[in-house]
Amino acid sequence: MANLETSLAGIRSPNPFWLASAPPTNSGYQVQRAFEAGWGGAVWKTLGDPILNVSSRFAATSFNGQAVAGFNNIELITDRPLEVNLREIEETKIKYPNHAIIASLMVEPNQEKWHEIVKMVEAVGVDGLELNFGCPHGMAERGMGAASGQVPELVKQQTAWVKEVAQTPVIVKLTPNITDITFTAKAAVEGGADAVSMINTINSLAGVDLDSWNTVPNVAGKGAHGGYCGPAVKPIALNMVAECARRPDINVPISGMGGVSSWKEAAEFMLMGASNVQVCTAAMHHGFRIVEDMIDGLNNYLDEKQIGSVAELVGKTVPKYSDWGELDLNYRVVAQIDTETCINCNKCHIACEDTSHQCIDMLKDEQGNDFLQVREDDCVGCNLCSIVCPVDGAIEMVEAPRKTGEEPMTWNERQSLVSMMGVK
Amino acid sequence: MATNQSEAWISVEDIKANFTEAHPALKQKDAVDEANRCLYCYDAPCITACPTDIDIPAFIKKIASGNMKGSAVTIMDANPSGASCARVCPTEELCEGACVLNHASTPIMIGDLQRYATDWAIKNEQVLFKKGEDTKQHIAIVGSGPAGLSAARELARFGHRVTIYEASAEAGGLNTYGIVSFRLPKEIPAWEVKQVKDLGVEIKTNTIVGKDISAAELTEQYHAVIIAAGMGKVPTLGIDGEELEGVRDAIEFVKMTKSGKWEENLSGKKVAVIGAGNTAVDAATCSVRLGAENVKMVYRRTEKEMTAYAFEYEFAKQDGIEFKWLSAPAKIEGNSSGEVTGLLVNKMKLEAAGEDGRQKVKAIEGATETLDVDLVIKAIGQERLNPLIEAFEVTHSDGVIQIDETTYATSKTGVYAIGDIIFGKGQGEAMVVSAAQQGKKAAWAIHSELTENAVHSA
Ligand SMILES: Cc1cc2nc3c(=O)[nH]c(=O)nc-3n(C[C@H](O)[C@H](O)[C@H](O)COP(=O)(O)OP(=O)(O)OC[C@H]3O[C@@H](n4cnc5c(N)ncnc54)[C@H](O)[C@@H]3O)c2cc1C
Ligand SMILES: Cc1cc2nc3c(=O)[nH]c(=O)nc-3n(C[C@H](O)[C@H](O)[C@H](O)COP(=O)(O)O)c2cc1C
Ligand code: SF4
Repeated sequence: MANLETSLAGIRSPNPFWLASAPPTNSGYQVQRAFEAGWGGAVWKTLGDPILNVSSRFAATSFNGQAVAGFNNIELITDRPLEVNLREIEETKIKYPNHAIIASLMVEPNQEKWHEIVKMVEAVGVDGLELNFGCPHGMAERGMGAASGQVPELVKQQTAWVKEVAQTPVIVKLTPNITDITFTAKAAVEGGADAVSMINTINSLAGVDLDSWNTVPNVAGKGAHGGYCGPAVKPIALNMVAECARRPDINVPISGMGGVSSWKEAAEFMLMGASNVQVCTAAMHHGFRIVEDMIDGLNNYLDEKQIGSVAELVGKTVPKYSDWGELDLNYRVVAQIDTETCINCNKCHIACEDTSHQCIDMLKDEQGNDFLQVREDDCVGCNLCSIVCPVDGAIEMVEAPRKTGEEPMTWNERQSLVSMMGVK
Repeated sequence: MATNQSEAWISVEDIKANFTEAHPALKQKDAVDEANRCLYCYDAPCITACPTDIDIPAFIKKIASGNMKGSAVTIMDANPSGASCARVCPTEELCEGACVLNHASTPIMIGDLQRYATDWAIKNEQVLFKKGEDTKQHIAIVGSGPAGLSAARELARFGHRVTIYEASAEAGGLNTYGIVSFRLPKEIPAWEVKQVKDLGVEIKTNTIVGKDISAAELTEQYHAVIIAAGMGKVPTLGIDGEELEGVRDAIEFVKMTKSGKWEENLSGKKVAVIGAGNTAVDAATCSVRLGAENVKMVYRRTEKEMTAYAFEYEFAKQDGIEFKWLSAPAKIEGNSSGEVTGLLVNKMKLEAAGEDGRQKVKAIEGATETLDVDLVIKAIGQERLNPLIEAFEVTHSDGVIQIDETTYATSKTGVYAIGDIIFGKGQGEAMVVSAAQQGKKAAWAIHSELTENAVHSA
């Protein structure tokens, strides 16, 4: 049994699995159910000035039979009165002293407003604050959420205002709707943030109904962009976490989220530098009970790797993440097809022939049986064939010997050599 | 499968191949695809339909997430015979029959996924459970079939000391000796036995309760006793010729095929199996696989009344078994050297249903037929173990021990009974999975009884 306890900027929780600020953490009833199911922490549905929500809010993209590959919503922050939320937070914290409760906050970019709400939530005993600079719809039109989260000065300023009064750790939740997330992460750090969390949802439109020509979802025939999350966004989120993790000047812990659906993604995020993870869509798809396999699976994984504590995972892959210019230009992998396992669907051939480097030949053996073969000399190691292959183990990308005389060399090394030699 | 309908001889190699597991294991891709197809229902009906309440959506979700150990633990925690059950449960009547996808598409292959997860645990030599802290309470169990093993496992996890007395040379009961190896290879119950032994449970094999140690000794020496001895041999038919050389007991016959010795070669032989339950089907399919030229199942009623599971019947048909319905065995004919030469059957007819709603059958006067056979296998049920039951002085009705349905306590304090020995008279179910569940429940009842006593005496 590995130790799953985690600490994010001093906020302790029995395991690294927190529910993200979203419908699953809307009320005390829900958060208490979640803690009973095993969640280590919960970021309460964002508190702020009262808002109104619309009906018809969510939509999902299903892809080739995989339900909820991505999830889209046009919901705003909490629509429940602040006093009610505060009372329920207090009650829940008393019942579950060892679980983490974080208040997610969003108010207008105004010093007094921030001071006021921070004091109120800290008075009911939250373990930390998460500043929601990420909600991409609705709130942004009013100058909050992503609208302020996209302007580094505003992120820095508001974080600083919060830090002026906050007694508990401050997490700044970042929007992915920006060209380079490290700008706003850096601004949060400069404003005094104790941690950053990412990602909030990505601007999206789930679809168009081909009969009514309405958007999906539509509210009385009209649509507006929403925020995208769920399994489909994981690679985007993982990169953003990694980009922040490898920057020495973004030296605060990271809470990672976006497409965490099982212990596996959690482990990936943690290896990529997150100190814990948050989850929304997967819980909305299956209920709080999914945390049981998240905990059990992570535990078994750590045991199998003989790692005593989950904290030891954090950041282990970060040193392996770099810039393109640092990659070895002379390293080679090539595709190899195991004809025993191959079922001869020829998908690799046509993928390579039409869209890559024309190096998989369709051949016949002496008995007249079809088989596929890679011309390794022509293979550039793009991986496409192994990606389209429907069978486990039929195509393997293997490391190929370097071409004679070729030593490891990166683009950056090459450029500096070129400039040293004064050649263009 | 290699059969020799045309040739007269079957090699040992072919026999061996015929007795290897028939149903293929899921490949990794199939398993993961199928696991992802599971809806992960809440309050899922498959859980309710499983007699051992395995959290099926949870173990399937764990296959999908790659948490194979967690998956195996979820299965084996609820069902100590989970690896065997993955192969022998009538899943279409249990979990898979309840799958909500029956209404929308095709049910999830729960049995095959369960096998995939437990196979993983077997292959990776996983230790799934730990024994509890020693309570110094000692429990004796008679019989190491799925019922006894399940009770032993649970008791050991509570920290109780357990000794199982087993008459046979190997533990596992009918899982080891009675269910044909092409459905349940011996290695599978052997692994389940090992899981139990690893918790410190002692299994005294080759030890018959009632002969090597008395019932009274057990009740005196132990804090509790569980009778999990199953049922006995196939009863006699009560017809002439039963003493002939070629007349066999189906259970003994199957047991021989599981010894792996293959001394019996049925090349060119014609076999009649009497009965139409699962044991009869197993004896018939074994005969085909041992090279018999022709195998008939002889039953006095019709297809409608046969008690074999639908999948077993289907399996028998695929193996090319012939069915003789409405045929009651009347006499086994033999020659002077005591060999079987034929089976005389009386043709029957159906009559109006009796009080139990079952149509009656009646012999058609003078309508007989002699089937040309060299071997007759009796599979008309199993005898009850009355001498053993009576030695324990527990109340029974025609050899079916009467128990309390929640605690499995018998009429005698400290003596419990589970598995096939309590099956019958509308009580219980003769299945591996129900035996496993009863074992768990008896163990829980004994545990709470023993700990309550401990509290009182403290
Ligand atoms: C041929 C056949 C096929 C079957 N197929 C299926 C199937 O496909 N699916 C399914 O679910 N069920 C099947 N069953 C039923 C299933 O095997 C039983 O319901 C189950 O094994 C009962 O478990 P048990 O532990 O009560 O008894 P058993 O498995 O019979 O075990 C009892 C044990 O007690 C031992 N014993 C008996 N007397 C004594 C004594 N005096 N002292 C010491 N030890 C003693 C025996 O040697 C035996 O090992 C089949 C049964 C048969 C006969
Ligand atoms: C319906 C819905 C409502 C959300 N509301 C909020 C919110 O009020 N505050 C917030 O910070 N994030 C909100 N989010 C974003 C989530 O907290 C989270 O950042 C995002 O969904 C990515 O995680 P996931 O892929 O696990 O869903 C919402 C997401 C959804 C789906
Ligand atoms: S889940 Fe269905 S029933 Fe519940 S609020 Fe949403 S639309 Fe209504």
